[in-house]
Amino acid sequence: MKIALITDLHANREAVAAVLDDARQRGAQRYVFLGDFVGYGSDPGWVVDRVRELVDQGALAVMGNHDEAVVKGPRAGMIPEARWVAEWTRAQLDAGQLDFLAALPLCVVEDDTLYVHANAQAPGEWGYIEGRSEAVRSLQAVTQRFIFCGHVHEPKLFHLSPAGKAGDFLPTPNVPIPLSPQRRWLAIPGSAGQPRDGNPAVCYATFDLPEATLTFHRVAYDHELAAAKVRQAGLPEALALRLIRGT
Amino acid sequence: MEPESTSLPPVGLQPGQVIDQFRLDEHTHVGGMAQLWRVTRLDNSDPMPLIMKVPRIKGGEDPTTIVGFEVEQMIMPTLSGVHVPRYVAKGDFTRQPYIVMERIDGPSLKPRFDAAPLPIEEVVHIGTQVAIALHDLHRQHVIHLDVKPSNIMFRERTANGGGGEAVLVDFGLSRHDHLPDLLEEEFELPMGTGPYMSPEQVQFVRNDPRSDLFALGVLLYHLTTGERPFGAPTSVRGLRQRLYRDPVPPRALRADCPPWLQEVILSCLEVQPSRRCQSGAQLSFNLQHPDQVALTDRATRVVRGGVLQVARRWLAALGAEPVVEANASAQAVRSPIVMAAIDIIGADPDLLTAVRNSVQRLLATEPGSRLACVAVLRTNRVAMDEPLDKDGSSKHVNLLVQLKHWARPVLRAAAPGGVEQDGRLTFHVLEAPDPGNALLEFARKNQVDHIVMGARSSGGLRRYLGSVSAKVATEAACTVTVVRAASDPDASAA
Repeated sequence: MKIALITDLHANREAVAAVLDDARQRGAQRYVFLGDFVGYGSDPGWVVDRVRELVDQGALAVMGNHDEAVVKGPRAGMIPEARWVAEWTRAQLDAGQLDFLAALPLCVVEDDTLYVHANAQAPGEWGYIEGRSEAVRSLQAVTQRFIFCGHVHEPKLFHLSPAGKAGDFLPTPNVPIPLSPQRRWLAIPGSAGQPRDGNPAVCYATFDLPEATLTFHRVAYDHELAAAKVRQAGLPEALALRLIRGT
Repeated sequence: MEPESTSLPPVGLQPGQVIDQFRLDEHTHVGGMAQLWRVTRLDNSDPMPLIMKVPRIKGGEDPTTIVGFEVEQMIMPTLSGVHVPRYVAKGDFTRQPYIVMERIDGPSLKPRFDAAPLPIEEVVHIGTQVAIALHDLHRQHVIHLDVKPSNIMFRERTANGGGGEAVLVDFGLSRHDHLPDLLEEEFELPMGTGPYMSPEQVQFVRNDPRSDLFALGVLLYHLTTGERPFGAPTSVRGLRQRLYRDPVPPRALRADCPPWLQEVILSCLEVQPSRRCQSGAQLSFNLQHPDQVALTDRATRVVRGGVLQVARRWLAALGAEPVVEANASAQAVRSPIVMAAIDIIGADPDLLTAVRNSVQRLLATEPGSRLACVAVLRTNRVAMDEPLDKDGSSKHVNLLVQLKHWARPVLRAAAPGGVEQDGRLTFHVLEAPDPGNALLEFARKNQVDHIVMGARSSGGLRRYLGSVSAKVATEAACTVTVVRAASDPDASAA
């Protein structure tokens, strides 16, 4: 079975349409969304509706910090720009869409896999997996062999051997990586709706079971249009530039 | 699966036992790390002879074996072609770890290695075959990192004269550019086999394909002289000696080692990867064209560097961090062999200039590239050719002279500061009845990456020859650039 792992969609309709189309063409049979459906982009309503539709058909979705901020109101530590966007976003969503976001779980365990937005050791505190030590902390906090998470927008793959040695790896798009059963793995597919590694193309990954092969992908989409819509909506210019520059 | 299920089952395999869809027939080999079994697929669906490699787990946890096997299981399925055993199946550590692969029936290099020193032609032949195999591996994004006699096999010769290709085995220390390096963090000691480990491997660098060319240099040195260039050190301190201590030049140990071969071997053994041959293809090219190897002081050296040089290099090696710049396929791509096929007699001068300009642009963008300038001396299929012109000069020599004259501006442009880079340009006159076939054969044998040639010969001769460029462009396995002169009035009709 081919599972599409999509995260940090950030209300980017053009990116989400492109990634779903690409995943369908690659034969994805299942969709897992790792949170942050809203925030930053101009189309929160459309993105939430599309994800809700797929969840009704069996897709999985977990809650991200931006989703929480829109539902509960911004947290104290949030930067002013994000706070402002959260308020703007909340105003765009109807009660049904807000209810959907509010009902999302923090994490989902399925077989030997944990799906979570930020990290496995304290999902609700939204700490980032910035490097090996955070990845190891997450892997040691749970028993599942695979952790898939988002929150960090750049794609990355971490692994932990039975002897406790950890490594990290910057994936090459479209190269299938066999996730060896001798070790445990934490993968970050990278942001679909707001890539930040200098390449504006959408990030996502596909996971093939039972072989346990993970493939990272990049999909070009009309990021110029997405950026223009951010400007049209009156959202901060920096958010439009991010989409154009991919930073 | 629970994490504790990775504990290992005891390995007590018996002939006749069935593992997944394979029956164990005969136990053929016990190595340090693994045992090998001849196996048959139960449904006999695969006519290819098969072996199963089963890791030997030495009591409990054994990270070296386990991680090495894990790496091999990850890398082998990505490889293809004649220079690796074909991968068939694998089983993981939760049950019975194994890899089933094609059985290579030919010999390993070990017996010939044990018979060293070998005749020079045999050393050259082995070196050529292994260099070609390494180049093929590097193009598949993989660096072997444990090149040594027991890891090199040869395919059996076939009745029609085929076969004989070198096959690389054991990818337990290898690294794939596009897959996680599971070994990178695993060990505190340099990984490899003492005598063959490159200086950068000693310094924990695992991403330079030129490390494999260093190991091949060690192998060629041994096959030539019967001795190891750096001994067989077992301590890190012993291994580090190769960072500053030159090997004894092969000619000091074997007087009939030709200077060009010493040049090739010592260039493989350079401490700085940038001073070595830059790719397996370039190394095999040198081994196949001894007369084209540019000789430096390495060729004639008879003693190794003196105390002063050693002291200087020892100091330099002390705090030096290796420069990390390469990866397998990028290095192979960065060091292409360009072939200029020049119809020096038939083509018109504008076209010859246009071809030269194209070649010059290519070389300027790839400082690691090499240029082979090739002309074909057409021979008759039936009648014996006159070797001499009417005025008595050799046609062959004349073509070579013309070819070098054509290349002079390229040579000058490729020599920043007026210093010509030795051996970057080579010249070849092929004698053959069919120029197209001769060019294609040369490109194939020398792993040429890019052929540049003129679009056509002038009118009459072209009708006579047919279109050589069309044939080459259609049939070559590499990129072909067919150049037209800008001023060619007939270009639109081509």
